[in-house]
Amino acid sequence: MSATSQHAATQPLTMSGAEVVLRALKEQGVEVIFGYPGGAVLPIYDAIFQQNAIRHILVRHEQAAVHAAEGYARSTGKVGCVLVTSGPGATNAVTGLLDALMDSIPLVCLTGQVPTHLIGNDAFQEADTTGITRPATKHNYLVKRSADLARVVHEAFHVARSGRPGPVVIDLPKDILINKAPYTEAPPAAQPHRSYRPVTSPDMAQVRKAVAMMKQAKRPVIYAGGGVINSGPEAARLLSDFAHLTGFPVTNTLMGLGAFPSQDPQFIGMLGMHGTYEANLVMHGCDVMLNMGARFDDRVTGNLAFFSPGSKKIHADIDPSSINKNVKVEVPIVGDAGQILAAMIQVWKEDSQPPMREALAEWWRQIDLWRGKNCLQYVQQGKIIKPQHAVKRLYEITRESGRETFITTEVGQHQMWAAQYFGFEKPNRWMTSGGLGTMGYGLPAAMGVQIAHPDALVIDIAGEASILMNIQEMATLCQYRLPVKVFILNNEYMGMVRQWQELLHGGRYSESYSEALPDFVKLAESFHGVGLRATEESQLDDVIREMLATDRPVIADIAVAKDENCFPMIPSGAAHNEMILGPGQEGGVAGVTDEGKVLV
Amino acid sequence: MSDNLENFRSATIAVLVENEAGVLARVIGLFSGRGYNIESLTVAPVDEDRRLSRITVVTSGTGMVIEQIKAQLDRLVPVHKVSDLSLAGPHLVRELALIKVVGSGEHRVEALRLADAFRARVVDATTESFVFEMTGNADKIDAFCNLMRPIGLKEVSRTGAVAIVRGSSALTV
Ligand SMILES: Cc1cc2nc3c(=O)[nH]c(=O)nc-3n(C[C@H](O)[C@H](O)[C@H](O)COP(=O)(O)OP(=O)(O)OC[C@H]3O[C@@H](n4cnc5c(N)ncnc54)[C@H](O)[C@@H]3O)c2cc1C
Ligand SMILES: Cc1ncc(C[n+]2csc(CCOP(=O)(O)OP(=O)(O)O)c2C)c(N)n1
Ligand SMILES: [Mg+2]
Repeated sequence: MSATSQHAATQPLTMSGAEVVLRALKEQGVEVIFGYPGGAVLPIYDAIFQQNAIRHILVRHEQAAVHAAEGYARSTGKVGCVLVTSGPGATNAVTGLLDALMDSIPLVCLTGQVPTHLIGNDAFQEADTTGITRPATKHNYLVKRSADLARVVHEAFHVARSGRPGPVVIDLPKDILINKAPYTEAPPAAQPHRSYRPVTSPDMAQVRKAVAMMKQAKRPVIYAGGGVINSGPEAARLLSDFAHLTGFPVTNTLMGLGAFPSQDPQFIGMLGMHGTYEANLVMHGCDVMLNMGARFDDRVTGNLAFFSPGSKKIHADIDPSSINKNVKVEVPIVGDAGQILAAMIQVWKEDSQPPMREALAEWWRQIDLWRGKNCLQYVQQGKIIKPQHAVKRLYEITRESGRETFITTEVGQHQMWAAQYFGFEKPNRWMTSGGLGTMGYGLPAAMGVQIAHPDALVIDIAGEASILMNIQEMATLCQYRLPVKVFILNNEYMGMVRQWQELLHGGRYSESYSEALPDFVKLAESFHGVGLRATEESQLDDVIREMLATDRPVIADIAVAKDENCFPMIPSGAAHNEMILGPGQEGGVAGVTDEGKVLV
Repeated sequence: MSDNLENFRSATIAVLVENEAGVLARVIGLFSGRGYNIESLTVAPVDEDRRLSRITVVTSGTGMVIEQIKAQLDRLVPVHKVSDLSLAGPHLVRELALIKVVGSGEHRVEALRLADAFRARVVDATTESFVFEMTGNADKIDAFCNLMRPIGLKEVSRTGAVAIVRGSSALTV
């Protein structure tokens, strides 16, 4: 028995399990919990009532609590914290947990559970929460002994934030919360976990191999993803340093936007299904690819058989299971993106071999030709507002305002237009559901961002269908006076679905029309927020300006062209060099095979 | 996946895990959730104070898939070590089987003769049945069962493979 547990065993216990939980949260630096009460977690609510250190934000649906914690975590780099009750509280949280798992967002979610002696009896509001959430979390715990409680909470935070971050559930039976429990402090950071020890510092031999390969590159590319953001702002700074040192072009995944400044001349835009012409052709034609914290997602690679056929690939990732999962690479490097970039910079500078300057200049001439295609151009003519134009004006006007701006999105075409037309210069300013693609993510995520950054401008770029999936959170915004702006690109369609039906299913628009929509202006007002509307191009700027000037929650309903498609697009099953461009621009083939249709 | 089927192989993987609730469910869930094959899986605590369990899983897939399986196992929080015995060098694989054969007359004599040849032991006998115990690799047990089938094979209970590397190197935490 260790000294501390001996001490705990002999001292009379004074704290309830619920108090132990709160104290451990406090020690872990938690300032805010997003939650919703119920019978099984009443002891924690009682403890929350009797303290001031941790603020509780009462959401209106448990899914929203998790997305709010995701927004909080993604915009601060801290672990987001959630509290829900047993049974339906826990099951409502599952979508959010899986969303966080897919996008590597650090969360700790406390779920209530029936008392230990009732587990397995189909008790009231019992659910096998650890069973249900096992494939939706990085790890989960069911606390069955009071003596384990404090240790488990500390460990959960360590697991959530270290290595590849992710959500962790702690299932807390009610008797464990009520009974007295010993408190133990978090183990010192230097003390390793018994079995879980993620690798963060890279193997220098691999780094040297990678640098040698990059020095020889004639047509290189840096493909940077969400891992750079996970690593922290320092990694993004080092990414810029490394890009400037090498002169290589940089593309970002959807999850990586902001990891490299959009205004940097070396930025060639997002890549993948709705990425830019230049980014995808660079990926297709490169001879050396540096993947920095991205996971070769199918939205990015397109048809694997034709993915970047002529390149040697370096993959830097903190999770060994991301490496060689979809794409076989020549040089794997396991470690933290920031540490790997720092090592690469050092080795690049030490190495006397000069880079292929001539070839690189030729590569940039080619890239500039592709850029000249101007693949994101659109024509804004007449009264009808083009959705691309709405996002572009939103971007320009917020930039002029000079305010710190955070963008969240829902899922659909509007999400892609936001990614294409809104520029990010810093990490942690862009929050979107990439891996799971969860409609209903953006509004609660914006709520979490605004809690963490009360003075910033926080905008959810939304679709009229998605926004209805967590619209109840308008009440939370109004309760806490969170001036989140909801900017709806209202095309009266589940536009992304409509687009696929147009391109792949003969224009049979099966169940994709947004029938019977609410009046969003009145809807905002009914929640005690502000409703604005633009139906013509001439009103757009005024509505955006008024929205930005309003210090309350706003829904701005922007009526946009109903049948606009999102381009460029690499159809499912196609290769990068077969992308479809917008009307009036020639691109690759548009034919989609049945094999392609099978893909999502 | 740029891996071709020529790379398809079978692998015997040993996993040292914390002996805690749910750990087996995590491992099995990983295989079913990601569509990996499980040919057999065995588990039991292996240290003095029963804090560690050793799982032996026999699986198959392309080289890329097997690497993925190992990486996925290794990132589970309660997993200490993952070792691909198929790559670790010469190793022993054993399985225990209890095999019930029911019959009379000539068949009984033939069953005992075969059992002797395969070094299977009789661990239970009645006037119309035998239970044989045998250890060996899966092929040997398969062969024995196939021979017993026409003679009255009624029931088989097998443990699945356990395995260990030959020589002095050891898989410990
Ligand atoms: C409608 C829709 C359309 C989409 N279209 C596109 C598209 O056109 N283009 C596109 O790019 N995406 C698109 N996506 C998103 C896509 O589905 C994936 O979510 C995204 O491509 C994954 O980004 P990522 O590769 O950066 O990986 P992430 O999901 O961000 O994963 C991060 C990777 O980095 C690793 N990592 C984590 N922390 C660290 C660290 N500290 N150091 C090093 N590595 C670390 C992780 O192990 C992981 O492998 C779309 C999504 C939707 C919903
Ligand atoms: C919860 C959930 N259900 C279904 C989908 C499939 N889906 C993806 S985009 C989309 C339509 C979104 O419509 P809208 O919010 O209006 O956005 P738009 O594409 O029109 O911009 C649907 C139904 C999803 N991503 N998430
Ligand atoms: Mg829509």
